[in-house]
Amino acid sequence: MMSEVVIAGVGQTPVEEHWDKSLRELGLMALKAAVMDSGGLRPQALFVGNMFAPQLSRQAHLGALIADFAGLTGIEAATIEAGGASGGAALRAAYLAVASGAVDVAMALGVEKFSDVIGAKVDAALATGGDSDYEAVQGLTPTAQAALLMRRYLYEYEVPRQAFAGFPLIAHANGVNNPNAMFRKAISEEVYRQAGVVSDPLNLFDVAPLADGAAAVLLTRADLLPPGFPHRLVRIAASSMATDTLALHDRPDPLDFRAARLSVERACEKARITPAQVDLFELHDAYSIYAALSLEAAGYAERGQGWKLAQNGAEPAVVSLRGRLPISVLGGFKARGNPGGAAGIYQAVEATLQLRGEAGENQLPNVRRAMIQNLAGPASSAVTHLLEALDG
Amino acid sequence: MEISRHWRLRKQRYALVGEVCPHCEAKLFPPRDICPECGQEARTTYNFSGRGEVYSYTTVYEPPAGYEENAPYTVALIKLEEGPIVTAQLTDLGDQPVEIGTPVEMVTRRLRQDGDERGMIVYGYKFRPVLARVSA
Repeated sequence: MMSEVVIAGVGQTPVEEHWDKSLRELGLMALKAAVMDSGGLRPQALFVGNMFAPQLSRQAHLGALIADFAGLTGIEAATIEAGGASGGAALRAAYLAVASGAVDVAMALGVEKFSDVIGAKVDAALATGGDSDYEAVQGLTPTAQAALLMRRYLYEYEVPRQAFAGFPLIAHANGVNNPNAMFRKAISEEVYRQAGVVSDPLNLFDVAPLADGAAAVLLTRADLLPPGFPHRLVRIAASSMATDTLALHDRPDPLDFRAARLSVERACEKARITPAQVDLFELHDAYSIYAALSLEAAGYAERGQGWKLAQNGAEPAVVSLRGRLPISVLGGFKARGNPGGAAGIYQAVEATLQLRGEAGENQLPNVRRAMIQNLAGPASSAVTHLLEALDG
Repeated sequence: MEISRHWRLRKQRYALVGEVCPHCEAKLFPPRDICPECGQEARTTYNFSGRGEVYSYTTVYEPPAGYEENAPYTVALIKLEEGPIVTAQLTDLGDQPVEIGTPVEMVTRRLRQDGDERGMIVYGYKFRPVLARVSA
């Protein structure tokens, strides 16, 4: 019998270029914030979501590094790496550790430090998330790969280029009220239309900015919470992970995010719900095209129709803050920023704040269930969690 | 330097040598030893023709380390006539506009250079638009 796993504490640093803070300092800030938020629970196991430290900080072995720096030497600790889905995978490892009964309290900590290195070396590090022998060797970058998918999408479904404006417009509008977001300024359709090309057809606003950040989630069982726990209780109703081919070109249909679809199906099956019973969806909007493909993979839209959910009509867009299925509710990757292997933990923190009713100006009314989904590359890995507020 | 790493891939890089599944006839490139179609072992080599068409394409303006000297360059997904899709740069484009569906053929070109003039140069496949036949 698996134990019920609840979120005891959450913590995060602002996402930005933290010139004055190191990898370990960022990690400690988020870790301490989550421990304090829980009322002082001490983790027995630490799972660190990170992808780039070995390449950009010449630092592997983050489990011992951060446990040591946090004064927690002795506990179990290790890095979990699954490309851009490292954060989600670390959350799943922490979830399994508590659910299985192996430990009472586990922490998932995502941390990423991009800003110590600039330019071509960062792009070379990013490319290691794909197939080194058959993709990266051709000079392909993750951004160029998203551009390949977007061009094919526009061609196959005959979608107007401006259709993708909806996603960054919504993300930037939602980021305004998030004190931890990198960009807190709404943008207009005109700004989107005039933005410079990054990798055609992708423009500057189709690409989420990479930046430093750390976020942490502390998990335990409900019966172990300190007395007088001050937050509305949120449980992890389901956790799942799926993989697809590492290389995009090895798929019969590159526009089908199969791993994303499988992980949603598995999570919903475990929680015995359908995707329609979800009140908000934190998806992986590292690129606007990925937002559209993720909505389609989760079954919220037919193939080729995902972009329509971000269009305003007589009603506000379906995925806007006032729509039926809000996404990127605190800015998403686009406005909060994309802290690589930490991003999946930011999603969990933000969804928890919403379900607790602690999300500030962007608080959604009556939210009970959130789906969060963290992808690596073009959904070569996909991790999906369902979070649920426990009433009473 | 990674010399052995690139040497191991010489047949793929220079001649598009893949595999054909002896059980279900699926053509595989890159070679992967276990057929994704039928799940059985596939180790029979197969020489791809090197002809195909553009499935999608884009331009890289901010290249990774090792690719700076070619930037900006066009990278594409090429659907080979035997079925598989490969990621590859397009080359020899001249003023010719690229489109989805443009017929292309494989050529061998310089892919990347490590470090200074003493660094290793990696060669491999790129694709160019199919040249018009010159009639006698």
